[in-house]
Amino acid sequence: MSNDVLLKTEHLYKSYKMGPTRVKVLKGANITVRKGEFVAIIGASGSGKSTLLHILGALDRPDKGTVKFNNQDLNKLAARDLNKFRNKKVGFVFQFYHLLDELNILENVYLPVMAGTSVPGWFLRRKWAKNRAKELLEQFGLSERMTHKPYQLSGGERQRVAIGRALMNEPVLLLADEPTGNLDSVTGNSILEVLENLNKAGQTIVMVTHDERIAKRAGRIVKIVDGEIKNA
Amino acid sequence: MYKITLALKYFLKRKVSYFAVLAVTLCVFIVVVVMTVMTGLYGEFKQKNYEITGDCVVGTDSLVGFAYYEDFIKILDQQKEISAVSPVIKSFALIRIRGSQSDQALEIMGIEPESFCKATGFEKTLFYNKNSVSEAFKPSGDPNLVGCMPGSALLYLDNIDFLNQIQVPMYTFSISCFPLTSKGALMDAGTGLVRTMNFYLSDISHSGLPRVDSSMIYLPFDHVQKLCGMDGSTKRTSFIHIKFQPETKLSKGCELVRSLWNSYSLEKQNESQAFLLETVTVQSWKEFRREAIAPMENEQAELIVMFGFVGLTTVFIVLVVFYMIISHKSKDIGILKSVGVSKLAVIELFSIFAFLIGLLSSIIGLLTGWLFLANINRLERWLDKKFGFELWDRSIYAIGDIPNRVNLTILLVIAAAAIFACLLGAFFPSWQAARKDPAEILQVNQL
Repeated sequence: MSNDVLLKTEHLYKSYKMGPTRVKVLKGANITVRKGEFVAIIGASGSGKSTLLHILGALDRPDKGTVKFNNQDLNKLAARDLNKFRNKKVGFVFQFYHLLDELNILENVYLPVMAGTSVPGWFLRRKWAKNRAKELLEQFGLSERMTHKPYQLSGGERQRVAIGRALMNEPVLLLADEPTGNLDSVTGNSILEVLENLNKAGQTIVMVTHDERIAKRAGRIVKIVDGEIKNA
Repeated sequence: MYKITLALKYFLKRKVSYFAVLAVTLCVFIVVVVMTVMTGLYGEFKQKNYEITGDCVVGTDSLVGFAYYEDFIKILDQQKEISAVSPVIKSFALIRIRGSQSDQALEIMGIEPESFCKATGFEKTLFYNKNSVSEAFKPSGDPNLVGCMPGSALLYLDNIDFLNQIQVPMYTFSISCFPLTSKGALMDAGTGLVRTMNFYLSDISHSGLPRVDSSMIYLPFDHVQKLCGMDGSTKRTSFIHIKFQPETKLSKGCELVRSLWNSYSLEKQNESQAFLLETVTVQSWKEFRREAIAPMENEQAELIVMFGFVGLTTVFIVLVVFYMIISHKSKDIGILKSVGVSKLAVIELFSIFAFLIGLLSSIIGLLTGWLFLANINRLERWLDKKFGFELWDRSIYAIGDIPNRVNLTILLVIAAAAIFACLLGAFFPSWQAARKDPAEILQVNQL
């Protein structure tokens, strides 16, 4: 594996039990992502693209096959190390933003730092975390909304908050699952611009979408059909 | 830190948390009130039994009694561990109040008022002679007559408090006994069988124990000895009541008396009435009053079982509340796991939430319980006066006021139990939540 490869999967298989039957979602998926790339995984609904994204971010485990992140096999990591991996190395952006309703915008953004730090550690890092969260929110034009609750924001604003949260711990990899799927075209476009700018700044991004027009905004498009990658 | 922050926010912002707090508060309140009242009642009941008994009793239930007690009293008096000793005769008699046409079979108790009050707390039960026990058997109308002190319930007095305001009434009691020989035969067979004496009301005893107050009449010791035929050349008694010095432990004191009695009965084994000593036992006051105390202890055990069910109810309430909360919060669990939160941390988060519910409920429940108890007697009197509703049947429980002295240890135990019940109720749903697959939760079609 060359030095610029960040992520590489080999023969990923994954199936789910649905009632009495077992549905095979991934059937030997192989994909390689290089550092600094913006990859779009495109596929129809039910093709296994979200499942693949979850496995890439260690949110799920494959039934078979390997996922290597910086040459390290994620399957071999203990649960504790996987939690650490999700906290430090990757950031997730979901279609439905998935913000915590009880926290305000600022708290939602610095949540990953709180989650990855002990109570005494938090008191040491609190100032830094709050400043970093404020910077991110300013960067995404949300400096006036810091004390607002998620339900007080529009869809586009919420998605920008979710991106801020995903970037809080400066992860190597940003995983976005249909980040514009719940937004109108203008707002979706602004979110894609944010992602493009991040990529230009060196952020590796893997984005899942079913829309070819959106996928075209990425540097490389990978198609997934019936659980298999067609042009990795 | 996020665990505390989120737990606090869930607690403050979820209405269902307030229902949980209300439910647990009610459980805590009920337990505090009932425990305090019942513990107070039980404590008072035990105290009253102790007060009429003293620390230790040497004696026999046989109506014949036992002999050679005077020498044994002398031995007991010499012990530095013992502060007071008093002989007592207990028997049965037929009693007729002058003017009445019928006899009543009752228990009589022959006591020496001064020594008996030193060995027990008997003087506290008296109405007129609390501070002059030596006068207890001297009727105020004529101190030369022989007095008696019936239990308060024997005079059918519904409200004994009024006695404080009046002079002791001049009732005359005619008391008849069947005197027995040391072998248990009727002493006056062929001559008249029955010995009868007249006694005049000199005081009234109110121990607060319904069975005692409704069946016992206290008489001078030497008169009862004569009535029962225990006054021969070898005098007899039924019991010796003993009080230990305050620093003497009950078990140690009883052990000492037991060993003294064993040596003494061996010493007397060749005496003519030594056979009477075989039935004599040495008992602590708890053993002596076991028949009265045991049902109360059973009642307390039943109460603990009932409280166990209250605790179990609390656990189920919290369990249901947490299932409701967690089913609404599954998305949050998925989000938290996506930012690297572990399963254990999810359990901890909901445990903190449960702890907050338990803590707040305990504080409110204890405070309201304490307030209610502080005013329970006032409230009861008001209900009685306004609506004629008596909350507490004093004829059954034999107490003046409803016991309301709050025990700090009990409060702490109840608070700890409430918090534990909340943690227990929260554990299973939290554990199930922690096991949830984040990928499954965050799937679009799961939302």
